[in-house]
Amino acid sequence: MGLLSSRISITRYKVSGQLDGSVHETVYHGLKQHAIPKIKDEGSEALVGWTSFEHPYAPDFEGYSFVFGTHMVFALRIDKKSISPKLVQKHYALEVAKHLEETGRNFLSGNEKKTIKEHVVKTLGRRIPAIPNVYDLLWDYQKSSLWFFSNLKSANEALETLFIKSFGLALIRLFPYTTADLVAGLSDQERDLLLKLGPSPSEE
Amino acid sequence: MIETDQKRLRRYDPDLVSLNIGSRLVLENTRNNAKETVTIKGEDANLEEGLLALTKGAVVTEIHLSYKTGAQHWQFGLKGESLNISNLKLPETGPVETPEDLEGVVMEKAYLVEKVIGLINTLFSHFVKLRVSNKWRNQTVSQIRKWASS
Repeated sequence: MGLLSSRISITRYKVSGQLDGSVHETVYHGLKQHAIPKIKDEGSEALVGWTSFEHPYAPDFEGYSFVFGTHMVFALRIDKKSISPKLVQKHYALEVAKHLEETGRNFLSGNEKKTIKEHVVKTLGRRIPAIPNVYDLLWDYQKSSLWFFSNLKSANEALETLFIKSFGLALIRLFPYTTADLVAGLSDQERDLLLKLGPSPSEE
Repeated sequence: MIETDQKRLRRYDPDLVSLNIGSRLVLENTRNNAKETVTIKGEDANLEEGLLALTKGAVVTEIHLSYKTGAQHWQFGLKGESLNISNLKLPETGPVETPEDLEGVVMEKAYLVEKVIGLINTLFSHFVKLRVSNKWRNQTVSQIRKWASS
């Protein structure tokens, strides 16, 4: 899902606050510190981190490669393991059969079933590779504007969390109310009226 | 405004050739504790069902728009609840054949996206200012009703 795709989805944000010191240097350090880890963490279900727009599978932010004119362009990568419930079901059934045969019993307690299921999910999780999802973003620092190229709820939530952690700046999602409040250029009086708006006669 | 005041649209964007409803329109009516959804799909679809839904109190929750300026053409979907843009098809840009081409293409794409976002912001700001004004209650609501029933 990215800027160069033939069909683009965009969620718009206003970036709240300013960075201390050199913008590019601060962003570079934030990106580097919270880049997607190169070493595979076999145990975790999902990994979230920044990656570069140009090389999403080999993150590299050297030489301020994320700077494109007046914009900063980089990407959020979420590597997630997705284990099919049918696969879990199959391996669970095999494990249960093996366990019963070994113990010579014909039933399992609730706790035993739970332990076997957890073991199956953990074992499969180690064997199955994580699927990488890359979501580009474009940040115009001067305008305090950020476009995130996905409308996916989970990806937007991950972005909001990682962004504040990396750069210490909060992202305000621009939905109708925040757009009216922050972008429409309303006067103080109009902003007061906006807060008190109710359905108009045609909407009641 | 699309149907009744293209002149005003041109005031916001002097290069505007047209702004039209595209291939999808979704309306929702949540009156009487029941949710009714009307979806109109297809190129050049008849919007009569949509107008009927509007007269019954439905609101537009999703719209697909076709926006043309000069020789350029954008198509995109807009959600009422979030103002999220989906399925945005930009005018064609140059190919990325060498790493040096990338910066130019990114800048061009950013400019083309900005055009759409600028249009949305301008029209939404116009709507919000009208919505908080006395004109909305005194004139606009009855004008919309009249237009929807015409």
